[in-house]
Amino acid sequence: MFTFLSHVVTWFTTASRWQGDHGIVHRLVEHVGMSAAATLTAVAIALPIGLVLGHTGKGALLAVNVSNVGRAIPSFALLVFGVQLFGIGAKPAYIALVALAIPPITTNTYTGVRQVDPDVVEAARGMGMRERGILARVELPVAMPLVMAGVRTAGVQVVATATLAAVVAWGGLGRYIVDGLAQKDTVQVFSGALIVAVLSMATELGLGMLQRLLTPAGLRLPRASQRKVSVFPGAAAAPEVS
Amino acid sequence: MGRHGDTLYQAGREHVILTFWAVAIGLVIALPVGVAAWRWRWLQAPALGLSGAVYTIPSLALFALLVPVTGLGRTTSEIGLVGYTLLILVRNVVAGLDGVPADVREAALGMGFTPARTLLRVELPLAVPAIVAGVRIATVTTIGLVTVTALIGQGGFGQLIYDGLLRDFRTPLVLGTVLSVALAAAVDVGLVLVERALTPWSRARARARVI
Repeated sequence: MFTFLSHVVTWFTTASRWQGDHGIVHRLVEHVGMSAAATLTAVAIALPIGLVLGHTGKGALLAVNVSNVGRAIPSFALLVFGVQLFGIGAKPAYIALVALAIPPITTNTYTGVRQVDPDVVEAARGMGMRERGILARVELPVAMPLVMAGVRTAGVQVVATATLAAVVAWGGLGRYIVDGLAQKDTVQVFSGALIVAVLSMATELGLGMLQRLLTPAGLRLPRASQRKVSVFPGAAAAPEVS
Repeated sequence: MGRHGDTLYQAGREHVILTFWAVAIGLVIALPVGVAAWRWRWLQAPALGLSGAVYTIPSLALFALLVPVTGLGRTTSEIGLVGYTLLILVRNVVAGLDGVPADVREAALGMGFTPARTLLRVELPLAVPAIVAGVRIATVTTIGLVTVTALIGQGGFGQLIYDGLLRDFRTPLVLGTVLSVALAAAVDVGLVLVERALTPWSRARARARVI
């Protein structure tokens, strides 16, 4: 065990490991860049859908079921489908990751807008706000914590699944794990997994901070009540692993 | 059929076994941990924090982290899969127990129930819907994750998906995906029925409940 760990330390401290096209820095940039692009694309698609569905109150079944089906479809299968449709490389990975990130954001946005107190919406309407204004300046801010919870779930999941994209011949940090497994190089497998695990946790924390920052001050809960554990009432509410 | 039928049967069997043990072991761990974290509040942060940290690690990475310790194979898959069930299960056990009305608990104690008996006969039964909700999510999640274990030589229907990738052949890919989703849906429905059987009293209330 000790020898193994010292090999891992050596793996990390070899200077060449950090440089070049196969270096950690390059792989990390690849991984983060792909994840950010996919998540932002998903936000651009899912946010308007969730807002409109939530505002009009239509498509409850759609919004909830999309997320449940999304959970049941293995993300691994989604990636392989991407490869079969678009060949290997960055494109199938990108498309699969976007597809993966859309359901949680849509569902959370929808739920968030639906949960806005109807009295508040009526008050805004009574003050002469147009529907678009109500959506943008009342419903979206109030729904923001849930919207961002969806973005956070999606983002963490995208970072995780981008690891799997190495299996379908894309780069990213998953390469170390996949190549290591293929070469029976346990040190490389373990070291790669360590980087991925740290990146995932950093993503979770980072997006959590963003979530708190974007929550309007009036809606921020006192710390104590935030800590209260709530039940996952259904698949739609729980974050996913991939 | 013949040879392929056999392959499908083996894959399905493996998928079900991996999932069953993951959720079963997860529940055996999560029940006492959840009860303890509910009873002694200070345990909640470490219990949920730790299982939350595991939950954040991508499955491929978690399996990979275990490979040096437990090698390639079933043990590694099973430990990883159990790890992913813990956050959801512990959380729902705690939340379910939290949801037991105080007057019900006091009535039980007032009738002379010991705290242990109150827990087993009153509080845990009332927490069953929340716990089953957790088991459902954990099971559906696990069924999806099992496919990833194809990369470390397990995988159930995941083997078909992987095979589809390696041979660039759509039939096993579609079959593996469809069967995995179908299994998740079937088991989910099955667990709803289990919950109904376990909580005959909540049926009337469930009808009135909105999603």
